[in-house]
Amino acid sequence: MSLSQERAPVYEALEEFRRMRVVPFDVPGHKRGRGNKELREFLGEKCVSLDVNSMKPLDNLCHPVSVIREAEELAAEAFGASHAFLMVGGTTSAVQSMVLTACKRGDKIILPRNVHRSVINALVLCGAVPVYVNPDVDHQLGIALGMKVSQVEQAIKENPDAVAVLVNNPTYYGICSDIKSIIALAHAHGMMVLADEAHGTHFYFGDNLPAAAMKAGADMAAVSMHKSGGSLTQSSLLLTGPEVNPGYVSQIINLTQTTSGSYLLLSSLDISRRNLALHGRETFCQVVELAEYARAEINAIGGYYAYSRELVNGDSIYDFDVTKLSVYTLEIGLAGIEVYDLLRDEYDIQIEFGDIGNILAYLSIGDRRQDIERLASALAEIKRLYQKSRNGMMSQEYISPQVVVTPQDAFYARKESLPLKETAGRVCSEFVMCYPPGIPILAPGERITDKILDYIVYAREKGCSMTGPEDEKIEALNVLL
Amino acid sequence: MELWFSERHTQNVKFSIRVERQLYSGQSEFQRIDVFDSREFGRFLTLDGYLMLTEKDEFIYHEMMTHVPMAVHPDPRKILVIGGGDGGVIRELTRYEKIERIDMVEIDPLVVEVSKKYLPQTACRLEDPRVHIYYEDGLRFIRSVHEEYDLIIVDCSDPGGPGEGLFTKEFYGSCYKALKDDGIMVNQHESPFYEEDAMTMQRVHKRIVGSFPISRVYQVHVPTFPAGHWLFGFASKKYHPVRDLDAVKWNMFGLSTRYYTTQLHAGAFALPYYVEEMLKHVE
Repeated sequence: MSLSQERAPVYEALEEFRRMRVVPFDVPGHKRGRGNKELREFLGEKCVSLDVNSMKPLDNLCHPVSVIREAEELAAEAFGASHAFLMVGGTTSAVQSMVLTACKRGDKIILPRNVHRSVINALVLCGAVPVYVNPDVDHQLGIALGMKVSQVEQAIKENPDAVAVLVNNPTYYGICSDIKSIIALAHAHGMMVLADEAHGTHFYFGDNLPAAAMKAGADMAAVSMHKSGGSLTQSSLLLTGPEVNPGYVSQIINLTQTTSGSYLLLSSLDISRRNLALHGRETFCQVVELAEYARAEINAIGGYYAYSRELVNGDSIYDFDVTKLSVYTLEIGLAGIEVYDLLRDEYDIQIEFGDIGNILAYLSIGDRRQDIERLASALAEIKRLYQKSRNGMMSQEYISPQVVVTPQDAFYARKESLPLKETAGRVCSEFVMCYPPGIPILAPGERITDKILDYIVYAREKGCSMTGPEDEKIEALNVLL
Repeated sequence: MELWFSERHTQNVKFSIRVERQLYSGQSEFQRIDVFDSREFGRFLTLDGYLMLTEKDEFIYHEMMTHVPMAVHPDPRKILVIGGGDGGVIRELTRYEKIERIDMVEIDPLVVEVSKKYLPQTACRLEDPRVHIYYEDGLRFIRSVHEEYDLIIVDCSDPGGPGEGLFTKEFYGSCYKALKDDGIMVNQHESPFYEEDAMTMQRVHKRIVGSFPISRVYQVHVPTFPAGHWLFGFASKKYHPVRDLDAVKWNMFGLSTRYYTTQLHAGAFALPYYVEEMLKHVE
């Protein structure tokens, strides 16, 4: 490793390329934006002129040998991994590549049920069998927590043939499991550990933040650089450890990833990695400070509960990501999704998501104190103007799934469409989820119960954006014959 | 030698003042602050390159922002000024003996310091014992205040600077909550003339209408502001800005003013037709 973290090879190659004024007789056909005036004006000349194709001076994402390879080596070093892959299909694609690397058809994988849809999608693709660990639930907040080490141990004991354990590090709400102990346990039984770190990029750079998966010894991690890392939407990183063969991972990635990787995304990964490596520590110190301030101000309003490390219980909440601004809203008689809608519609404030009982405001590299003041004041105003009795409010809850067949078998099985109300007792062949957060209420192969149906109807009434089924209105569901 | 200060009023319109010399230039945590001296307008203050006041025409702005609500409210004793670090509004307020307390919340201490040093014409009464200065974000200050004030005057720069939060619905709602049940809020309401200013003006009006039962707009003529035509908002829980004007009582105070009169007071609420239409559109 000869390059320093001050370098950004992809970015530098693009700057050099721009100066060369190469005549384009290749794709993309807009030819540096000249062929698409409106787009050029909208995105800016510089931006469209850098939307170029793979070529010798710029390397090729499918088979990196020069600047992309260097950028990947720098990323691996910055994140403490053996190898890093720049990804342009979102963290969804990083998660899928991770699962597809670890599992073949019929292999068992141990995972918490509150995973992102991309994980179960990967199981549909490869035919692996999920062994769910039901996460602990905080009954007041109604959120699913991390996996207890004892639960993972139990699952490993019952499924000694499983090949991998997947861990959310952290969950969307900022909850971390004891990843170090889980890694030790899994490795002792010859299983790989995969970490979904869609919400944990900053763990690699901050002080006093929860443990980062690769540094704790995980085998693979999917890291959403575009969330807390500051790169462009859809760019991501896949990290691998010393026991994983990078050549095989590369083959897996190339099964589904585009052969026309966007240089806008790649350069954003390169520049953001450099930024994190050089300034990440001080940046996330500021983010933490801002989040602590926001929590104190929101808790001072009364009625809201902006939670933090006090939840830590040494097991199912082994640690908490203090940069996450999660706020419990049910005490003021409003569902999280209602507060989320009011913030956007009445106060021009867009937050990450609202669910039945909570809202989540995403804080990162780009936030300003004055915007925190707006959020806190808007929440105070919402309480003053819209507060009502809690009666009739459903608490969010985690409903343990009954897995009947594997996601892949269920997805491809013969099926029929039934009105929602008539589906109780049947096996679902598709996903149902609120998006965000994108954690399935039902996944393919799971039994539909009255409780689940009540939950779906309630969430829909409260205005959650529901996705998954073929029927967009979710009035009917596909069930197995 | 010619030295000119220029400010873009729109992408295609510029306003310039010939400068004799620059008296101060500095960068605070929030903005760049400059003070210039000129022949035509005397000293003037700019924040991030936007003109805030000139010695020659500031009386129009400060008198109209202060005396209009003071002539309507029957007994204003406790006043809150948000922004106003140049001290102009405070100067006008301290002329009323019956006011007991004036709280001023200014986010940028450097604006106050620079004004005291270079703009004594406006900053002359900041030492009045009734004046209490808080260096804080106005939105934060007001969040925890309930039914405290008789009058709130919002004297801030344009949205886009550190005053952005003072043009929001959550701010106007918080002001409502911070006022007593017959309280009045007066605010800087932008200009109706150029398109971008007019859009801000409409958004502000819409947000205030949503928060206060009485919400009216009045106009002033400030030569150095974009288009020279500027608006203020008068929002109130109880008093009507014209029907509840007590002209006799105000004139008994014997304050001498250069712009404000009780007759002009009523006239300022008569708006050009196109402005009425813009306001109606968002009501």
